[in-house]
Formats: sequence, C-alpha cells, structure tokens
Amino acid sequence: MEKVFTLSVFTEDKIGILNRITIIFTRRHLNIDSITASESEIIGVFRYTIVLKTNEEQIRKVLGQIEKQVDVLKAFVHQDSEIVHQEIALYKIKTDSLSNGEVEKVIRENHARILTVDTLFMVIEKTGHTVETQLLFEKLKPFGILEFARSGRVAVSKPMKELSTYLKELEQSN
Amino acid sequence: MEKNIKKITGAESVIKVLLEEGVDVIFGYPGGAIMPIYDALFDYKENINHVLVRHEQGAIHAAQGFARATGKIGVVFATSGPGATNLITGLADALIDSTPLVCITGQVSSKLLGTDAFQETDVIGISMPVTKWNIQITKAEEIPSAMAKAFYIAKSGRPGPVLIDITKDAQFEITEFFYKKCTKIRSYHLKTESTLADIEKAVKLINQAQKPLVVVGQGVILSGAERELLAFIEKSGIPIASTLLGLGAFPNHHPLYVGYVGMHGNYAPNIKTNECDVLIAIGMRFDDRVTGDVSRYAKQAKIIHIDIDASEINKIISVDVPIQADAKEAINKLNSLIEQRYHLSWLQEFRECEKIEVETLNKTETSLPENQLKMDEVVQALSKLTKGEAVVVTDVGQHQMTTARYYQYNQTRSNVTSGGLGTMGFALPAAIGAKLGVPDKQVIAIIGDGGFQMTLQELGTILQSKIPVKIIILNNRFLGMVRQWQQMFFEKRYSFTEMVSPDFVALAKSYGIEAKKLEKREGLEDELRQMLNYQDAYLLEVMVAKEENVFPMIPTGASVSEIRLS
Repeated sequence: MEKVFTLSVFTEDKIGILNRITIIFTRRHLNIDSITASESEIIGVFRYTIVLKTNEEQIRKVLGQIEKQVDVLKAFVHQDSEIVHQEIALYKIKTDSLSNGEVEKVIRENHARILTVDTLFMVIEKTGHTVETQLLFEKLKPFGILEFARSGRVAVSKPMKELSTYLKELEQSN
Repeated sequence: MEKNIKKITGAESVIKVLLEEGVDVIFGYPGGAIMPIYDALFDYKENINHVLVRHEQGAIHAAQGFARATGKIGVVFATSGPGATNLITGLADALIDSTPLVCITGQVSSKLLGTDAFQETDVIGISMPVTKWNIQITKAEEIPSAMAKAFYIAKSGRPGPVLIDITKDAQFEITEFFYKKCTKIRSYHLKTESTLADIEKAVKLINQAQKPLVVVGQGVILSGAERELLAFIEKSGIPIASTLLGLGAFPNHHPLYVGYVGMHGNYAPNIKTNECDVLIAIGMRFDDRVTGDVSRYAKQAKIIHIDIDASEINKIISVDVPIQADAKEAINKLNSLIEQRYHLSWLQEFRECEKIEVETLNKTETSLPENQLKMDEVVQALSKLTKGEAVVVTDVGQHQMTTARYYQYNQTRSNVTSGGLGTMGFALPAAIGAKLGVPDKQVIAIIGDGGFQMTLQELGTILQSKIPVKIIILNNRFLGMVRQWQQMFFEKRYSFTEMVSPDFVALAKSYGIEAKKLEKREGLEDELRQMLNYQDAYLLEVMVAKEENVFPMIPTGASVSEIRLS
C-alpha cells in the first residue's frame, strides 16, 4: 500500500551527492514529491528532507541503497506520525483586492501574514502542512493569485537521539 | 614542514600515487586532456607498464580482467569526452560485478567546465550511476588525498569502480607532494552489523538441518575465504553449489560440489533449491538469473544470507537469518561452532539428478547433425587438457553458459566473465588484462563469433604488447543465445541473429597472431594442445553446430524447479 514517507538523509558537504541520491529514486521509477536541503546542526553535515509516496518495501530498499553511498552519513525514514514537519507558502495577489475586507478575513482565519505590500501587489505568507497552505490557496483564488510558491517539507524527528551521537558512533566504528 | 616534501606537477603526483599504491600496470589511451599525465608517465616507463589499448572500452575491460584474476585494483587512463564516455560500459560492468577499479580521466581546464568546450563531457554526471564513488579535481593539491580515497573505496567493503576526473590545469599546476594512504572515511560504513546471536541462530539451523544446501557467490573470492569455505563444507558435510561468478571459489572436482545454479545452471542444485530445508547463501545476491520466479524460490527453506553489502540483504529474498559480514569473518565464526556432519543420502539425491541431466542432455544432442562439433565437446576437451587449472575468460551468450557448465574450475580466480551486466565484447580485452596479471598461468578467452567482433580491435593490443593469450572462437554463425530464445519463444522467427563473419584466421594473422580453424571433430584435442603449447598468442576458430541449444534452462518467469532439460 502506498503511504507518504519522509526521508532524512545526512551527508558530507560534497558536490554531486544530491545527484547520487536522486538517481536511486529514478532507477526505481519513483517520483519525489518534494526535496529540501540545508546544513544541519553540525557544521559540514547537510540534511536532505525527501518526501514521496511509495510502499514500505520499496522505501526500505531505497534507504539501504542511499546509506550505501560513500558520502552519506546516515539516512532515516519516517512516517508522518514520527516527525514534526512544516512547509511555507507564498501567495502574491493584487493589492486592490484588499479593498472589500474579505481578504483580511481570510488572512485572519488562516493565521497567515502579510510580508510586504507594494502599490500593485502584496505577498502573503502561510506556514503549515500542505493541506493548510492548499486551503488558503483555494480561499485566495477568487481574488486572483498572481503567483504562488510552496516550499518542500522540512522535518525534525521525534526520537531524542541526536545526530552527533550517530556521528560519534560512526567515527568509532569505522 | 617536512624536508622531503617536493614540488611537482599534479600530473606527476598522479604517477607517484600509483607507485605508492603498488600499481604496476595501467591500461589506457592518451588524448588532449590527459596529455600532462601521459607526459609525466614518460619518465616512469621503467616503473609502470602502460598497455596501450585500441579503444577505451578495451582498457577498462582489460583492467577488469586484471582485477578479477589477481585480486588487485585495475587502473585505467582515458582522456576527456569520448575517451571518458567509452568507459561507461566497463564501469557499469565492474559495479554490478563488484570489481575494484580506479579510472583516471582527463578533463578540460577548470575555467572551461560547463562551456561545451572541445571534448568536454560531464563525465561525473554520466558515470555517477555506474561508479561506487567519483570525484572531479580542479586543484593539484587535491590529487593525492582524492586518489588515496579512491584506492581505499575501490577495494574495501563490497569492491567497485571509482572514477577521478582531473582538469588539465590541475595536471599542470605545481604542488607539494605528500602522500598518506586512506584507511578510514567517516561517512563510509564498513562496520558489519551481524551479532553473535545471528551466528548462533545460523549454527543452530545448520546443525539441525536434514537437507541443507550452500550456494556461494563471488563474495567468497573477493573476501579471500576459499580455505575457510572448504573447511566449512568438509565439516558441515553440506552439498555446495555456485553462482556463475562464484565458480572457482570451491574446487569443482570436490565430492561435495554439486554444480552451478541459475538459468543455465545444473539440474540438481536448481531442483534441490526448492527441496532443501536450510539454504545458506554466501557472498551472492539472488540475481534474477539465479532465482527464477522469486515468489517460488526456496519457499520451504530457512534462509541464511551472508553478505558484506547491507543493502543486498532482504533486497530480493526475505531471509530468516541475515548476517551482514565479510564472508571470511562469518565462515570462520561458523566453523568454530558447527558440528561435524554427513548428509550422504541427501547428497545421493544430487547425484541422481546429475545422472538424469547427463543422460537427457546426451539424448538431445544426438538430434544435432552427427558430424558437427558441439560447444560442450570443445569446453570439455579444454577442461581435461588444462586440468581445470587455466584462467578461463568468457564473453556473453551460449559459449559462456556452456563453459560455465562444462569447464571444471578447480582454482580460485580462474573464472573471468561478465555476469551481472552481460557485456558482449568483454572477453578479449579482459583476457589481455588477466594474462598481464597472472603471466605464469594459461589464460584462455572463449568467445562467440558475435562478441569477438565487438572488441576485436584489441588484437592490436596483443600484437603491440606481445600478450601470449589464447583465444578460442566458438563460431556458430549466429547470435546463438538470442537465436535460441527466438526458436523457443518467438516461433523461430530468426530476426537479425544470423551473422556473417570475416576470415578470423586471416584477420588474426594480419595482427601477427598465429591462428587456425577447426571444422571437424577429428583433431580437436590435437588442435587444442597445439594452441596451449604455443608460446605466443594463438587464435583457434572452432566451427560448431549452428543451432545447438543450451540446456538445462529455466525459462524467464519460471521457477527453479521448472528447469528444462530439453
């Protein structure tokens, strides 16, 4: 059965490592829903958060093949209940759509905020899960959305074991 | 700063690293972007033997043959662009067959990267899916440490090919040379996860098994566990079968050896896979050519899987006892705990299957024209004459399966073939590399008429470098394996499988290689003997039956127990 999985992949800071990881999905004809990259809490260690829909067997095999890559330190797979995750969405709409007060209501009800207001357009920001940012999208649609962008998922895991502990284990074991 | 640190070019540092790593043979082909390295090599001609091939694919297959026959790392030089792209097939072959290689490619100058410069190609991008690791170097100072990592990664854990792409400016740049071998990489997991509990679980299964079967793969050879395996088999009394790449890991003349498994493997071990109660798989990866239909593979058995590559465990077959470990280490642990046992009546069942196989195959063969030679006759005669002690390099197809089935591999590293990728054209260059690696051994390439013509330009390498390799072409004037499938599964519609070939004898002679053609059964042994005794390279073309089929055979999608003998 297909489910949403979130992979957290920790790597060395090396050119091409993202390509090495995505090749593993491509080979198995798996589509990645979103991917984000950033430096982790440890300098020089990068974390990739990859979200996709597949079944448990596939994801387990993919995880093994990712961890096998020389420059990958550690990879974890999580289901939504095991992580705290978030996305950010930006909505650009015409400034004059503010005039009747409806947009203000939508922004309040959805706990969104206005980032900037220009004479012609304004940018609204909403953080949350995809359903939430999508809901706001639907509500703003009648006012005319000039541009919309949603980030990939960022996530931290609920278990308390820290990455630095894993790193220490790796350094001692090899 | 240490006194002995000298300033040299990046190019020279490449050569110095090779010397530090004990490299004495390089297979390569020069070109614009690797010229500084070749210039540096000119001063080290006495220290390193560079073999000039005729095509970069030849270089990498030769390096594979060298690595497979010796256990050392094969080293390849190629230039940028087409030089580098010509390595791709060999990289893919080496990755899937776990062959340690270090390939060094020249690249355009760093300021030209990404500009579609002459002979520029993104070799890092292209080679990424087919290398264990790769890196591009744009500064001379990075060369020693990157190469140290490359040599370490290629050989450790599950071996594989690595590629280092060095820009031309980095080759010219002056740097301080300092070399330290790599022994550890933080992110590179070599730790094995198997515990004593896993070993004890395996031991319990082995000691209680009534019908156990061992299947070994190349992992045993890569780990150097041949002696430990022999001890394990002789103590446990378990019948042992081999995968295609595992041939040579265990002496085939041993009474407990029961044949090789897989699509064209022996009847007994395939059938018995679905009858055994414990299956002990060591250093093999349950390739689909081994398992047939996985949903009907060894379902009745408890499976113990020993493999160094964690991602191979539970990848194809769910196993009962996973032991992620180096084969040697794991077998040693098992040996100290297992009981001395015998499985004579179980072994007898294999012998009965063997009899059925031989009798049925003999019957089928009589349906072929009497006067035409069969491939297996040639291989059996060769096996007898060489006492199973030659290094046999095969290409891909019917001759390969026939050789695997009939050559009696009694020594380790005596079987060099393209297994996972099935690369036609592999054998001729691989045999060149193998011969350079083990010059004191008889190295014989057995090739089909199709595969030979994929890389026959390497006859030029044999000519120039005087490599006394023996070549047998089993010529059936067909792409035989595809033709066999067309006969069996495509209503005999022989779509583009019939092959017209040149005069191979005249061709070989034009390269200064002694050659002969054999068309009849009479004189087979004499001709083989003459070839074996000839001191230089020798090509023997043997005309074999046009439409011989290779049996046994497990058709695609069938279960191992549905193996066909005709």
